[in-house]
Parts: sequence; C-alpha cells; structure tokens
Amino acid sequence: MADVLARRSCGLGHVRFEKTTSHPASIGASSMADTGVLEALLQRVEKADGGVDSLAAAAGLGVDHQVIVGAVKSLQALGDVISAELRSSKHWELTEEGTETAEQGSHEARVFSSIPAEGLPQAELMKLSFGKIGFSKAMSNNWIRVDKSHEGGPRIFRTVESIQDQVREKLLLVKRGDAAQLDEKEKNELKKRKLLAEVTVKSYWIAKGSSFSTTITKQETELTPEMIATGSWKEKKFKPYNFEAMGVAPDCGHLHPLMKVRTQFRQIFLEMGFSEMPTNNFIESSFWNFDSLFQPQQHPARDQHDTFFLSDPALAQEFPPEYLERVKKVHSEGGYGSQGYKYDWKIEEARKNILRTHTTAVSARMLYKLAQQEKFTPVKYFSIDRVFRNETLDATHLAEFHQIEGVVADYGLTLGDLMGVLHQFFTKLGITKLRFKPAYNPYTEPSMEVFSYHEGLKKWVEVGNSGVFRPEMLLPMGLPEDVSVIAWGLSLERPTMIKYGINNIRELVGHKVNLQMVYDSPICRLDS
Amino acid sequence: MPTVGVKRDFLFNALGRTYTDEEFDELCFEFGLELDEITSEKEIISREQGDSKASGASDLILYKIDVPANRYDLLCLEGLVRGLQVFKNKLEAPRYRRVSPDGGEPQRLIITKETAAVRPHAVAAVLRNITFTQERYDSFIELQEKLHQNICRKRSLVAIGTHDLDAISGPFTYTAKAPGDICFRPLNQTKEYTAIQLMSLYKTDSHLRHYLPIIEDKPVYPVIYDSNGVVLSMPPIINGDHSRISLQTKNVFIECTATDLTKAKIVLDMMVTMFSEYCAQPFTVEQAEVVYPDGKTCVYPELAYRKEKLSGEFVNRKVGIRESTDRIAQLLTRMCLLSQPTGVGDEIEVEIPPTRPDVIHACDIMEDAAIAYGFNNITRTTPLTYTVANQFPLNKLTELLRQDLAAAGFTEALNFALCSQEDIADKLGKKISETRAIHISNPKTAEFQVARTTLLPGLLKTVAANRKMPLPLKLFEISDVVLKDESKDVGARNSRRFCAIYYNKTPGFEVIHGLLDRTMQLLDVKPARGEGYHIQAADDSTFFPGRCAEIFVGGKSVGRLGVLHPDVVSRFELTMPCSALEMDVEPFLGFTAEVLLTHDVPMQETFKHQFPARSQSRPALPSRPPTTKTVFGDMSSQAGLEALDGFLADRSYMEGFTASQADAAVFDAIPSPPPRAFCHLRRWWSHIKSFQTERARLPPAKSQFVLPPAPPASDAGEDDVDLFGSDDEEESTEAARIREQRLADYAAKKSKKPALVAKSSILLDVKPWDDETDMAKLEECVRSVAMEGLLWGQAKLVPVGYGIRKLQIGCVVEDEKVGTDLLEEAITAFEEYVQSVDVAAFNKI
Repeated sequence: MADVLARRSCGLGHVRFEKTTSHPASIGASSMADTGVLEALLQRVEKADGGVDSLAAAAGLGVDHQVIVGAVKSLQALGDVISAELRSSKHWELTEEGTETAEQGSHEARVFSSIPAEGLPQAELMKLSFGKIGFSKAMSNNWIRVDKSHEGGPRIFRTVESIQDQVREKLLLVKRGDAAQLDEKEKNELKKRKLLAEVTVKSYWIAKGSSFSTTITKQETELTPEMIATGSWKEKKFKPYNFEAMGVAPDCGHLHPLMKVRTQFRQIFLEMGFSEMPTNNFIESSFWNFDSLFQPQQHPARDQHDTFFLSDPALAQEFPPEYLERVKKVHSEGGYGSQGYKYDWKIEEARKNILRTHTTAVSARMLYKLAQQEKFTPVKYFSIDRVFRNETLDATHLAEFHQIEGVVADYGLTLGDLMGVLHQFFTKLGITKLRFKPAYNPYTEPSMEVFSYHEGLKKWVEVGNSGVFRPEMLLPMGLPEDVSVIAWGLSLERPTMIKYGINNIRELVGHKVNLQMVYDSPICRLDS
Repeated sequence: MPTVGVKRDFLFNALGRTYTDEEFDELCFEFGLELDEITSEKEIISREQGDSKASGASDLILYKIDVPANRYDLLCLEGLVRGLQVFKNKLEAPRYRRVSPDGGEPQRLIITKETAAVRPHAVAAVLRNITFTQERYDSFIELQEKLHQNICRKRSLVAIGTHDLDAISGPFTYTAKAPGDICFRPLNQTKEYTAIQLMSLYKTDSHLRHYLPIIEDKPVYPVIYDSNGVVLSMPPIINGDHSRISLQTKNVFIECTATDLTKAKIVLDMMVTMFSEYCAQPFTVEQAEVVYPDGKTCVYPELAYRKEKLSGEFVNRKVGIRESTDRIAQLLTRMCLLSQPTGVGDEIEVEIPPTRPDVIHACDIMEDAAIAYGFNNITRTTPLTYTVANQFPLNKLTELLRQDLAAAGFTEALNFALCSQEDIADKLGKKISETRAIHISNPKTAEFQVARTTLLPGLLKTVAANRKMPLPLKLFEISDVVLKDESKDVGARNSRRFCAIYYNKTPGFEVIHGLLDRTMQLLDVKPARGEGYHIQAADDSTFFPGRCAEIFVGGKSVGRLGVLHPDVVSRFELTMPCSALEMDVEPFLGFTAEVLLTHDVPMQETFKHQFPARSQSRPALPSRPPTTKTVFGDMSSQAGLEALDGFLADRSYMEGFTASQADAAVFDAIPSPPPRAFCHLRRWWSHIKSFQTERARLPPAKSQFVLPPAPPASDAGEDDVDLFGSDDEEESTEAARIREQRLADYAAKKSKKPALVAKSSILLDVKPWDDETDMAKLEECVRSVAMEGLLWGQAKLVPVGYGIRKLQIGCVVEDEKVGTDLLEEAITAFEEYVQSVDVAAFNKI
C-alpha cells in the first residue's frame, strides 16, 4: 500500500518537513481533498508581488504550515501552476518546558511566589514539581534563604519583597517572535536550560508558474472503468506516476535453488540421450556399494569413520548367488586377466547395510541387469540423487549431498570417447576449457580428474571425476569382454554454490536455509 | 589421497635441475600427482602454533605433493625422484636384487604358533652397509609412517619395525605372550615397562593411542625377541629402544608383522626398494628367512618381477590412439614398466617391477601407456552410441508436480534425509517403534540416528529457522523417506512423499485442504468416494484432536492432513498454529508405456552371453541367509486369503507400482472371487481381473509369491524358497519341471474360465412419425426385436417439441453378435410407427 501511495503522490517522499509526523504520501492525499486551501493560497499568490512565503501564507490563512506544504505539493503536481522554491531559515522557538515557563513563570519565580511570609518547610517545597530546580536557582538569585536550625526542620523564607522574572520575560519575547531583541549569550543560556531551541524551518517561496490560474482542476489518480465507458478520460488530467518506486511483489511460491540446478542437469543429460536411473534406494548393501565395484573390503572408504552403517536392518538378505561367487573370486583370487587383491573376502562384510556412499551403487545394479539381457544393447544412464558420508562437517561438507553421475556402456569405447563426452557435457554447462589429470579410483582404470580453467581465479580447478570401469567390475557381471563402460561424477552442491554465490552449504541445504535467498534466487541457466 | 612433503631444493638436486613452481606443477599434473601446497616448516609451525614458536624453524621451501592412493612407490622423495626421472627419460628404472649375505647364514625370523591368535604373519629383510644422512634418515622414518597410514590401514594390517642389526643377534623369534609376560624398554623411554603398563602409558599418547585397540582386547600380544631375549618390538605398537636405528646405523633389520600377508610383502618390498639405493651395493637387499610354525621356510623380500604380455592394438583400442608397438613399449618403459615388443605380431612383453603392486590387470598397463602418452594429447572423440533417453517416471512426475506446487504459492524446501529419532517420533507425538525407521549404528551426532520416515519435521525445522520471515509461511517438499521393507533385498526402501505446511496466525486448514484439492486436480483425480479421492476424519497423535483427516484415493489411504497438535508445534519451537499435509506420491504414477527401470536386480541369472566360467563347480556359500520371500499359503483357505488381504492393505500390486505376472500368478491361485470382508484383496482382485485381456503382456514377476503344489516327497518348509541354492543339473531339471507344471496349471485354469466377451451399452433414440403415434405400441415393437446377445434395458419418453415425444431406450449388446446397423434396420422395419433411429450414446463395457 505504501508503494502505491508513494507512486501516486509524486515526489513527496524525498524531503521531510519539520514536525512532519505523518507519512508524506498521506499529506498529498489529504490536502488534495482540501481544495479550499489550494484556492485561497492561489489567490494570495495572485495578489502578491513576486511571491509569498509558505510560512507567512500559513500564518495569514490561519492554518498549520504542513497544510500549506501539502497544498504546494499538490499544486506542483498539477504542472506549472506555481513555482515553488525551497528555502530554509533558522529561528528560535520555545521548547515544551519553555512554553510552560512563558505561561506560568520560571521555576525560581514560582518557588518565590509559593513561599508565604511566614516561610515554608523545605521538605514541603521539594514536593512541588518545580521545587528542586527552582529552589537552587532562587537561592543563587538571593531571593530566598534557608533557616536550617528552624524548629521542625529547615524552613525557607523570602529575602526580598518582590522579584522580576527575567527568564519569563525573555521567553515571552521569543514567543511573540521578537527573538532578535535578545543577544546570543542570553539565547544560549536559555538553550542550555532547555527552554529555547533553535529550529530550522523549511518553507517554500511560492510564485506564479507559467500556467498560473486561481482555479484548479482535480487530477485523477487512476483510470477507472467509468472513464473508459464514458470517454471522460480524454478530458481528465492524471497524476504522474513515481517510476522510482518499486512495484508490488507478486504473491507466489518458489523452487529451491539446488533443485533448479538439478532440473537443468537433468535437462542436459536428457538432451544428450541419457536415461535416468532409479536411484530411489538410499539404503544399499556393502556388496553393491563396494564389492561389486571391486573396492576391496579393507578400503578406507569402508571404515566406520567414512560410511554410515545400519544397525536395523543391519544385513542385506539376498544377492544373485552366482554373481556373488564371481565377485568373491575376483577379489580374493583374481581372474578375468586380473591378479585380484588376494585377501580373504568375507560375505559378512558384503552383507552389511549402509547408506549408500555414491550413486555408482545403482550404476552397478543397472550394469548387472544389463548383463542379464538376452543381448547386450548400448546404454547411456544418468542419475542425480543423494549420497551419504559419515564425514566431519564444515562450510562446504555435509553428511549428505547430491551426486551427479553419467554412465555410457557400449562396445569399444575409448578413453578419448570419455574425454569427448565430458567435453560435450561441460560445454553445456558453459565450461569449454577442460583438461584431464591421471588419478586413482578403485573401480576405474584409467581414472581421470577433470579440471576446468576458472577465468575468475585464473587457475585450473577440479570439476569432476571420471574413468573407465575396471574389467574386474564388469566381467563378473557378465558383460561382454569388448564392452567398455565410461563414467563420470560430480557434486550438485558445488556448482550451485558457485552459481548462486553461497559460501556456507548450510544456507543452501537443510532446514537452516535462508528462505529469503530461496525467494530471491534467479532462474538457473547453467551456460550463461 | 596421501600427501608427501619434500624439501624443494633436495628434490631439484635429486632431479638434476630446477623448475619454477608452475613448471613443477605442470610436471606433476602430467604424471598424475598434484602439487597441493608450497610452504615451509616455518610457515606450518607459525600457522599451527603461532609466530613465536616458528622463529627458529627452517625457511626451506617444502612441496606438499598429493600422491594417488595406490602408488606406494611414490610416498617418499627417493621414489618420487626415481619415478619422475624415469618418466622424463633421464634414468633407467633400477633393477632390485635380492642377495645372500656375504659368507654366513641369512638372518632368520622364527614364527611361533601363538601368533595365530593375534597377528599371524611376518616377513623380514636386511639392508646391508647403508649410509644414512639426516635427510635420508628422516625420509626413511617418514616412509614407514606413510605406509602405516595407507596400505597398512593404520597398522591394523601391517606394522613395520626397523632395527639396528648390529645391536641384536639372530635368530629372531616372533611370538605372542600374555601382556603381563612382556617386559622391555620401549623406544624413547628410560625404563622398562610391561605390556600392560605400556598400554596405559600410551593411552594418552596423541600418536600411539590410535593403535592400541588393534591388540588391546587380545589374550596375547605379539612380540619379537632376538636370540638373547632382547625385545625388538611389540607390534603394532612400539619398537624396543635397544635396537633403535640412528644416523650411524650401518645394517638395518626390517620386519613387518601382519594380518594380511599380501600387504606385508608389498610393504617390505617398498621399504627395501626405496632405501637399498643407499646401500654399499645399491639396489641390493640381503634376504632373510622366515620359518613358519609348521616348519616351512620362506625367503624374503620377494622382489618379484612379473611378466605380462599384451598387444599394442589393445592399448590403442582402449585409449583411442594409433601408436606403433615400439612406441607403446617406450611409453610403458617410461612408467617403470620395462617393455619390449616380442616380435610376434604386435605383442609387447611388459615387466612389472616389485615397486608396482598396483598393476594387477592389463588395464593398469594400458593406463600407464595413456599417462606416458599424455592424457591431454589424446584426441577427444564422440562415441556413436545411439540411445533414446527415458526419464525415471517417479522423478518425471515429481518434477512436474514441483513446478505446479510452486505456482500454487508454496515454496520448496530441501531437508536432510537423516535426522534424530526425536524428530520423527517424540516431537511428533509418536513412538519410534511405530515409525518403521531404519537405524544408523555409527552416528557421530544425534542428527544422524535414523533416516526420516516423514518429511514433516524437516519442514517444521525450516519454519523454525525462518521465524523472522513474514507470515504466512507456505512450504512444500517432494522427496524420499526411508521405510523398513522386508520384501527388499536390503530390508528397506525409499518412498516418495509430498508434504506441505501452512504456518500463520490462524491454522489455515482450508488452505492446506485447498492445496490437496489442487494437487488432486493436477493429478487428474476427481473428488469422489470410490474411484476418486475423499478425506475422512482420522485420529493421529501428531494432529490436534478432531482436526485430522485421512486422504483416500480409490478407496486406499495415501496420507493425512490436518491442524498440528499444539504440543508438536511447541516441540519444534514454534508459536503459531500450523496445518500440514503429507501423502504418498507413488500411487499416482499410473501406467507408463516406457520400459520401467528399477534398481531391483534379478536374483537368478538368465544371461545368454555368459563369460566362460573358469571353474566348473562353484562352491556353495558358507552360510545361507534366511529368505524373505512372502508366500501366503493356500489361497483356497481363509487364512491364506487373510494374509494376502493384509499384504495388500497398503499396496496396489504384488510388486512395485504396476501390475505384473506376480499379480497374475496370485490372481490365478485364488479359486473364487474373494469374500467382501477382505476389502483390500477384493479391490486388488477386481483390478487385476480387468487386466485379463492384456495379462500376457504384463512385465515378468521379480519374486515368487505363490508356491507351486509341493511335490509329495518334499518335506521342506512351505515358505522357505531356497534362493542361494546351487544351480547344478538336478535342480535345474527340478526348476524346469516346476515351471512346466505351473504353465500347465495356468493353461488348465485358463481353459476353464469362460472367454471374456466384449460388450457395449447403447442408448437409442427412436422417433415416431407424429404426435398421434402410439408410443406404448412403438416401445412394444422395439422390445420385440430379439437377437442373440441383445438385452433391452430401461426406456423413457422424452419430449421433442409440438407434443411429439421420442422413445429413448437402452440396451446391452455383445459386440461380436449385434451391430448397431443391424439394430437400426430391425427397428426401422416397424415403419408404421418408426420414423428414424439414432444412436444417442455408445459405450464399451
């Protein structure tokens, strides 16, 4: 509502006038209704030579200055009816206490007059509102004295017959507008006593404008259906809008920024012909999460410190039995051209249920299922879903985050193909400068870390991980020997934090999210 | 990834040239290392302990280099330099040799049988006439530490002990004794301690306390003595002080004790290959004998060179390059894999040195060729793989819904899947035992005790964290919760939920109710009992009494909505009334024509291009986990039907979210329409019945729900389906027999059922000639039309105008026998009465 008013009452929001307590916009609105003041003011301007001061006009018309200021604003809004020049002047004015003093006398004078000839007990005097201040002042003026040894406590007596209340007289001068008769020292003394205050008065010097007229046409605020129906809008004048003001925020819901980025990544994969994997299984067995990926059972990632294990349901119950045997064999003895890891592989370890540490567990299931098909068909799979790590938390790490993963399985894929696919994928994200670093990952060989050149930081930064799945993972599944599977992964949170300039991951994910940030976040275009 | 710190100047000195930081960074990148940090001892101390402590420290520049976790040969300066020099063609990879001692017997380490209970393996070797400098010595100690932290898995798998051979005398005995019986002066201590005392002494040691749990609870602790009873070490905790090595040590005895022999051999090979460089005879290692309790003797270190043959074409094909065989051999040689073409075709013989235990498959060799070629020199190509993309239907529905819920004025929240028990139980006024929650065994904090079973607490916490925001707060989330589900291989499954809350000065039930109506509109479900949706009052301790309703869709409960109980509101530190809605999304998936992907894997293999099996017989698993298959028993019995009715209470289908052969099989097992009392079963039964025409096309069943009639001889438990059975000849015949039997049963049942007849309901308008036509007579005429497969229904007279009325009459016809043309013809035959016949409505039944 405030915005609407601000827009209608053009320009009023910028200067504040003394004693203005109401919203500037409302002045315009109320004075607009009071056309009587407007016309009276215009008549004064017409009669005056050169112009009139708004303060003088207010005094002359017997209205509050604010009413005149409002009238000036309204007239200005009508066009060049008047010209108004803002002037400011300083003058002295009584404070609230000063006004009281001017009416009833200074505190010391009131003390004096309240003391009868027979004197007054000091305690009684102090009960009076002006007693304390007035007493010390009257004492220093030698108007009164205290008899401390008086029977029944200290008693106060007059020392002079009559007094002259100069303070009051001075204040009365100011009140009458004759402050000039006082010298600066006197004024400052009264100011110190908080009886006088120097105030800055802003007023307008009002003169005739180029299209001056003593009659006014009322300006319309908004177009109405009636105006359209009757065509009356053609004759009306409309108040100008304040285009500086903000509009009214629409009443709407908002999508979460991380989910907006997820939508874009999904879109990219779909554009590239990748099918979405069913990753709606947070609980996974160690078998699918690790063993099937040829990740040895002593691997540090399988430690209590890195992975969430389940106490209920603690163990997985079912595995494809033949496949399980082949996995056991390739770990403990090797085979398929591999030396294996040569350790005692235990089913107990494989059965342990965990919260999956990567979506590659689902990729493993999908590839195993692919191997069960009557005939191998090439596939391109992707997923974006939550994974869990029992890690130490900080501004960039949470115990759960979203992993983006892409997988391509086909005959004869090369490392060059992996780089080519990654190039296409990252180009869709607006990242074109890529290079690859040899890396290590238990289930891919070769493994590559993907780096992109960051124009802002002027250096290469890691943007993802990739590799070709090891034969020890694929062959036990039953995939044909000449099928290669290339894959890559990255987190969803990191690009989102960069995209939306968020430094603390907790402000993005989880209940501590800043909803204002959610409300304000722009749409997500990854390639711009 | 382990990080190795090396002094830059020593590194450059060893590499024989200097590099700028950028140049060295580039070299690392190419080789698969990462120059993580450039720092100095002074900088590290000043950062960790403050500037005052750092004043005396060295200014020498340190490079912190990240090394791949499987390259133990790069964990020290010596190995790094060797690797890089060979890579840059400046050095030939050295050949490591095991030698016998000059005159005299090799050192012997005798393992006693007591070690079997705690740490059964040990290997040993001697570095003879070694020359240490401070740098070499530091590196020697550092490598042990790096190996301990990585391949040794914090000493649990392998522990290394190094000793001054001249201070001790063999043969050595590796045994295990009760902690109280072990007594020696450990490294850096001035007096003797028993093992028991040591364990309490090291309880507070910032470094050693981490290793105590490895043996703490064992009845005996491992210990190595020399022939004079001097303790060399108490692995994996501490060495004895007597045999400690120093800069002056000339001959080093290295022992590795282990729970994993393979890793112990690798670790010993690493220690000796890296530091034999400083022996009088560089790269030679003096062997030691290890005698096992059974009398067997082994000689260590193994220092085995393995030869592999692969084709140049394999490397080219896998990497995507076209290099000659010679060139590939050169590339591999630069990676310390000495290679040469054999001359037979494009065959290359590759020698894998003892420093490269990471090379376990031809693909590892191929990768090294690619690294030497330069990853970034490989041409980036686009695979020609043709595929059609499918979205996962559940995610597709979720994406579509999210958009429209935001358009409905609700803001999306994103909460953690893990939370405390309190969040999903106590705070919502529920018992944790009712929640079907999965429990985490090793949470670091209470925030990770369980996976959420409801989205509501997350949304309430989001509101609590955003109390400063203007009211009302309208939030929603569509995401997964996790529920225990015994029918799944892992015993749990995700369930997609939609949850929304409205938080304001008034409860706003009507707002949440309105959102439900809108959601149903979006999901194309009409407000109606039966097939549509409706809500009805329900009791739920999370909600304010009398302000909670259950949502039914197609007669099945999918969720709840209502005004939250004030206690729930307070427990989430909120102050305003709040209404909420939570429901399942999966029932709205419907049928999709696309191939449905699930992560459920088939438990029996069917693949045709099976890889040639290397061993013919596969041993059965040691343990047979109990099966979780649900079998409901005899469907002709009341008990069987009751069990099935319970099972279907919260499921649409036997498996997943679409009809499958599992449904068909169970359907067939039910002899007659189930009684009305079993409402869930009856609902399912009617639904499955409607699939009769297309049942052959339903997807196959993933699990077995109905047992074939048990063979009379079998006394196996009724509900024990043997999923881990071996697939030998006999059983597959049995399986085939069962399958045949089931097919026969099915065919027999099918033939007994009457063939399904397609029918239609037709509404006819029969118009008379004028207002004087006798409409009663007309109707009589129409009804007199009789055909096989035609059944007349109700009729009424409808005014047409000018006093004329037409006859509107319904009928049901069998499509194959009665056509509308035939009907019209028969009726218009009464031309005395009938002017025309029109079909007003036609519906397939």
